[in-house]
Amino acid sequence: MRIARFLIIVVAMGLVGLGGFVAYAWESEIDPIDPPQRTAFDPALVKHGADLAAVGNCNVCHTAPGGKVFAGGLALPTPFGTIYATNITPDPETGIGRWSEEAFVRSMREGVDREGNHLYPAFPYDHFTRVTDEDNRALYAYLMTREPVRAETPANELPFPIDQRMVLAGWKLLFFDEGVYEADTAQSQTWNRGAYLAEGLGHCGACHSPRNALGAVRTDAHYAGGESEGWTAYALNADSPAPIPWDVDALTHYLHTGWETRHGVARGPMAPVTQNLGVLPDTEARAIATYVASVMREPTPEKRQRAEALLAAETAHPPGVQVQSAGSQTAPVLPADAQRGAAIYAAACSSCHDAGRPLPYGGLRLDHSTAMYGPTPANPINVILNGLPAPEGERGPIMPGFAGSLDDGQIVDLLAYLRSTFSDRPPWEDPGPLVARLREAGVEAGVYALDSGSAAPANPSKQETTW
Amino acid sequence: MRRDSPLLLSRRSVLFGTGALVLSFSGRGLAQTVTAPGDETQNFQAVPEPAPDLPGSLKTNPDLDSWIRIAPDGRVTVFTGKAELGQGIRTALLQVAAEELEAPFEALSLVGPDTSASPNEGFTAGSHSVQDSGTAIRNAAAQVRDILIGEAARRWTLPVENLRAEAGAVIAPDGQRATYGELVSAELIEVRAQPNSRLKDPNSFREMGRPRPRIDIPRKVTGGEAYVQDMRPEGMVHGRIVRPPSPGARLVSVDTAGVEAMPGVLKVVRDGSFLGLVAQKEWQAIKAMWALSAAARWEERQTLPDATNLPAVLMAMPREDAEVVREGTPAPGSVKTIEARFTRPYQLHASIGPSCAIGVLENGTTTVWTHSQGVYPLRQAIAEMLRVPPEEVRCVHQEGSGCYGHNAADDVAADAALLAQALPRRPVRVQWMREQEHAWEPFSPGMVTEVRAGLDANGNVTDWTYGVWSNTHNSRPGGAPALLAAQHLATPFPPKPAKVQITKEGNGDRNSNPLYAFPSRDVTWHFLPDMPLRVSALRGLGAYMNVVSIECFMDELAAAADADPVEYRLRHLQDPRARDVVNLAARRFGWRPKMSLPKHHGVGFAFARYKNLAAYCAVAMEVEVEPSSGRVRMVRASTAVDAGEVVNPDGIANQVQGGILQSASWTLYEAVTFDPTRVTSVDWSTYPILRFDALPDTIDVEIIPRPGEAFLGAGECSQGPGGAALANAIMAATGQRIRDLPLTRERIRAAVGEG
Amino acid sequence: MVALTVNGTRHEIEAEPDTPLLYVLRDECHLHGAKYGCGLGQCGACTVIVGGEAVLSCVTPLLLLENKEVTTVEGLGTIEQPGPMQQAFIEEQAAQCGYCIPGMMMRAQALLGRNPAATDGEIRAHMEPNLCRCGTHMRIMAAIRRAGELMQTSGRAASADAPQRAG
Repeated sequence: MRIARFLIIVVAMGLVGLGGFVAYAWESEIDPIDPPQRTAFDPALVKHGADLAAVGNCNVCHTAPGGKVFAGGLALPTPFGTIYATNITPDPETGIGRWSEEAFVRSMREGVDREGNHLYPAFPYDHFTRVTDEDNRALYAYLMTREPVRAETPANELPFPIDQRMVLAGWKLLFFDEGVYEADTAQSQTWNRGAYLAEGLGHCGACHSPRNALGAVRTDAHYAGGESEGWTAYALNADSPAPIPWDVDALTHYLHTGWETRHGVARGPMAPVTQNLGVLPDTEARAIATYVASVMREPTPEKRQRAEALLAAETAHPPGVQVQSAGSQTAPVLPADAQRGAAIYAAACSSCHDAGRPLPYGGLRLDHSTAMYGPTPANPINVILNGLPAPEGERGPIMPGFAGSLDDGQIVDLLAYLRSTFSDRPPWEDPGPLVARLREAGVEAGVYALDSGSAAPANPSKQETTW
Repeated sequence: MRRDSPLLLSRRSVLFGTGALVLSFSGRGLAQTVTAPGDETQNFQAVPEPAPDLPGSLKTNPDLDSWIRIAPDGRVTVFTGKAELGQGIRTALLQVAAEELEAPFEALSLVGPDTSASPNEGFTAGSHSVQDSGTAIRNAAAQVRDILIGEAARRWTLPVENLRAEAGAVIAPDGQRATYGELVSAELIEVRAQPNSRLKDPNSFREMGRPRPRIDIPRKVTGGEAYVQDMRPEGMVHGRIVRPPSPGARLVSVDTAGVEAMPGVLKVVRDGSFLGLVAQKEWQAIKAMWALSAAARWEERQTLPDATNLPAVLMAMPREDAEVVREGTPAPGSVKTIEARFTRPYQLHASIGPSCAIGVLENGTTTVWTHSQGVYPLRQAIAEMLRVPPEEVRCVHQEGSGCYGHNAADDVAADAALLAQALPRRPVRVQWMREQEHAWEPFSPGMVTEVRAGLDANGNVTDWTYGVWSNTHNSRPGGAPALLAAQHLATPFPPKPAKVQITKEGNGDRNSNPLYAFPSRDVTWHFLPDMPLRVSALRGLGAYMNVVSIECFMDELAAAADADPVEYRLRHLQDPRARDVVNLAARRFGWRPKMSLPKHHGVGFAFARYKNLAAYCAVAMEVEVEPSSGRVRMVRASTAVDAGEVVNPDGIANQVQGGILQSASWTLYEAVTFDPTRVTSVDWSTYPILRFDALPDTIDVEIIPRPGEAFLGAGECSQGPGGAALANAIMAATGQRIRDLPLTRERIRAAVGEG
Repeated sequence: MVALTVNGTRHEIEAEPDTPLLYVLRDECHLHGAKYGCGLGQCGACTVIVGGEAVLSCVTPLLLLENKEVTTVEGLGTIEQPGPMQQAFIEEQAAQCGYCIPGMMMRAQALLGRNPAATDGEIRAHMEPNLCRCGTHMRIMAAIRRAGELMQTSGRAASADAPQRAG
């Protein structure tokens, strides 16, 4: 369907005039260089580049499971086919060792590689174009001082005509707005810093904004929610479904540590994002939080009221009240006439989620969980199936997955109970097919371990196994 | 036949006494013990030694029939006071007995530890089991075998020299045969052991030195009743304890009515701050425990030290300085002095299976099935707590999950004994919950070490000064006050103050005296009597931290001397057996000075002789460190071990491999965490340990055969060298020495510095 | 009352529906292979197989199991006639204290049941949830590899037998 529509556009482009288009689409090659010496770069610049790379989450896409960092090879499934992340180590043959700084800056700003090929927007240059030259220089210095790794990137698996890179010029013509971030002088310095990071390197909108049929971020629906690797990326605008509205402090804590006491633990593709941000001073997380909170706006009176009610209910059972070394769990209470979903919750979930053990190690009270209010049940399904795997050798939340013990029907019943009990939203449309699909996807569904005791990122290449 | 060699016979004299046969041998004590049960620090002055001239645990239990009994049908029962902890000791001890007794392995069974049946050998600790119990059983078996040969000689009126023992029988030259069952009578082996035995020549061994499959494994892998956790005596019910939320907490009030009305609940027991319950089924007991926990009100106090600055806290504590060793004079020509400080947090035993015991009060006797390491000291402690004579308590060992030292085994035994008093004649099974095991087991104490050495112009050590700051690593035998429940009773048994003792085998100071031949040494234990956190013995006591400190520092000295770490160690090692393991480990590993390795790889080496008197062990290891994350992956390790005479080489290899991985977990990941009030490492989420993804590709172990030498305990020999080799390899891979354990990703990343 | 099949035997269990499978197996079926380790789904000592998948029995309530098939370590063979997984653990002497081993075996069985030729990397990733404190991991890995070989051999033997029986 999408491909058909794409073809129509391609034909439409043909009407514009093939000759003129080719002239527009053609980009020159930038001359290869001899890979620069490590010593050619100022260590302070390299360090700055390291921090920026963390904001950009570069390691997560450009590292294959079990592979060397930045050596590429990770398969990125898209609606159009599979695209493989490239090797961005300074290996001269298979990486970017022969790229000049100019070539690197052009790739970030314009989405064109050194040889002049247009890049697929799976590389989010629609965001990276906002990055300043100065920061690109630092990123370049950082990447060119990494260990060169010889690793050929597999060829993309895309159908014609999408496999023709020239087509991307048309895509850019339609959807790409090139240019460095421009500060909003009406806003604070912190806000502008946050906006620059979020809209540029942080590329929040790549997941948290919806995309159109051609895979372009919809500028008319900024932060209105999107998806990533089988997970729902919740809206970060005024439509944020969080039952306890986010504020700057809560967002800062979440982005910096990967969890927040009344919002839960980062999981799915968000887990490595927070791990990367965790290595930076929390001023960066605070800047992003300041910007994102402003996009979310002050909660409406209704939302505020709802949150107050939830917090009031909490005082009857505040987090931590039962936590003793005698037990971080609580006895399940199974109502005699419970429906199946309620019974499953009581027997399988409540002993941790109602125990009041504080986060990140305790189970979140589900009436605080954004997932209960979300537009799709993808995230709760992923968590129910795969849990939160243990991070390697670091303190961190662990939740067992229930893929082996809950069948699809039981999960559907459980979801219905969760939705009706812990949110005020209408039921999700039959989640059965989604449960089946996400079960099939299994570990492919981006299940990342998250540590919490240290700010260290887990091996970004390591997608943990399911439970 | 070698066993009848003229050499042996010529040294032998046979004496016939009145009624009983007494044999005496001179000279040829092939595998005489080098240690005694009482040498182990944890048994120090705890086990009476009525016969100090006898080998091994015969010192404590000199009667032959307390070790070996033979039934008329030829079945042999061997008794031991040492417990199976997963180290394979039951198999090894039976191998020893079968060898010297000349009986088929299959005809033997092992009993004990059991206070009503087996000898008192104190604690199963300190890698002493083969040394103490193995030596006793070996000598007892040899003496019983010769008594039976003597009996056959008497019956047949043939000279003993003409008879031989084989497969549970004595055989005459003409083929006449009498089984042990036919020959034996109770009086015959109701005799005291002799100091010397006619031990078999190692060349004639058919059982010892062979990798015999362990007898306990088939049951464990097929779901048999293998652990105290699996026992189900008739009428068994389930107990659970509600432990206080923090070490300083006191139970103010508890409303038990709701819990007493819960399904299956038989009894709620409260005595002071000790709170527990008994229910029909296990899940009912657990749910009731959660409910009781919610119904209890506690008063908490801040009693814990500042965890964020633990080394400084430890060094600022009141202390008693005890001299471990001070000898030699510094060599002249010192041109530089190097010093370093290493630190380690509190760490856990962290058994996979929380501690468990079953207690029953019947006919005035409280019987406790327990995975305690010391059934006799435990009986004493429980009797004291129950205020009954020891005769009214029986403790029977039954395997549990690996304990790695003094974990909660004794504590849960006390819990079961207490709950059993409330419900006479019902066996009460108590298992701790995960959070309880993590928070309430006695920890291995936090430690700080400081080391200083002078080097001459060639880089050789001219003088050596070492200090270790630590609590005791041993709170047993502590009687009732050492039992957690006893501390919580309305009339409590308050913990006893610890006293510093410098012993042969060491405590916090274990292995603090390096085996290297330095011109002078000055080693001090800065003993810390205050114990804000409850502590006791974890595998190796102070040896792990002391060996890690010494061996990391040796690498630092080698670097200062611009020497290869292996060559540098050999330079300072004179003990030929030590040199052998160092050379062998290096050769197996393919160690070369300045080895060329892939980027971010490093190799490390370490050596120690456990306690300076047990097994020798050297480890070489290669690691890879990912600088951007600080993640460490072990690549491979090679190990050489000299454990003296070997009973079961496969058992030693298993222990040594396991010790390397266990100490890798200690070294990379582990720290008990706490706030001023509560312990906060209460599960695997908050106290992570090694998982499969950190495994090396290979760990090979080579054991140097030393037939005819004494047994050298090997169960704990690899933790120190394993951890140190890993730390040295990380240093080699990163160029940065981190001296604070654990070597977490965060610390490594910070030390390496991204960029 | 919940009906479930354990190791091929049908059981009608009279227990509270929130009872975790672990306690059903131990208290009702008197099967002790599955062990209590944490009750939190963090260590894998309680692992059994439900319908082909490795499941943590300590967090799997009885009410989920109506008419499901449960396999425990007792279902892999007996001490007299050990199955391939048990045989492999015995041959490799892959235990120290052994408390974690039944859980290890059941998780490995779920993997090898799908793919007896699993690679080392796949085995490690699959075994990640299970903890061993004695440090027996290297032998556990070896035993799983060996079990895979034994299964493939017996699988070939079985498929070679099958036509003969059919004929």
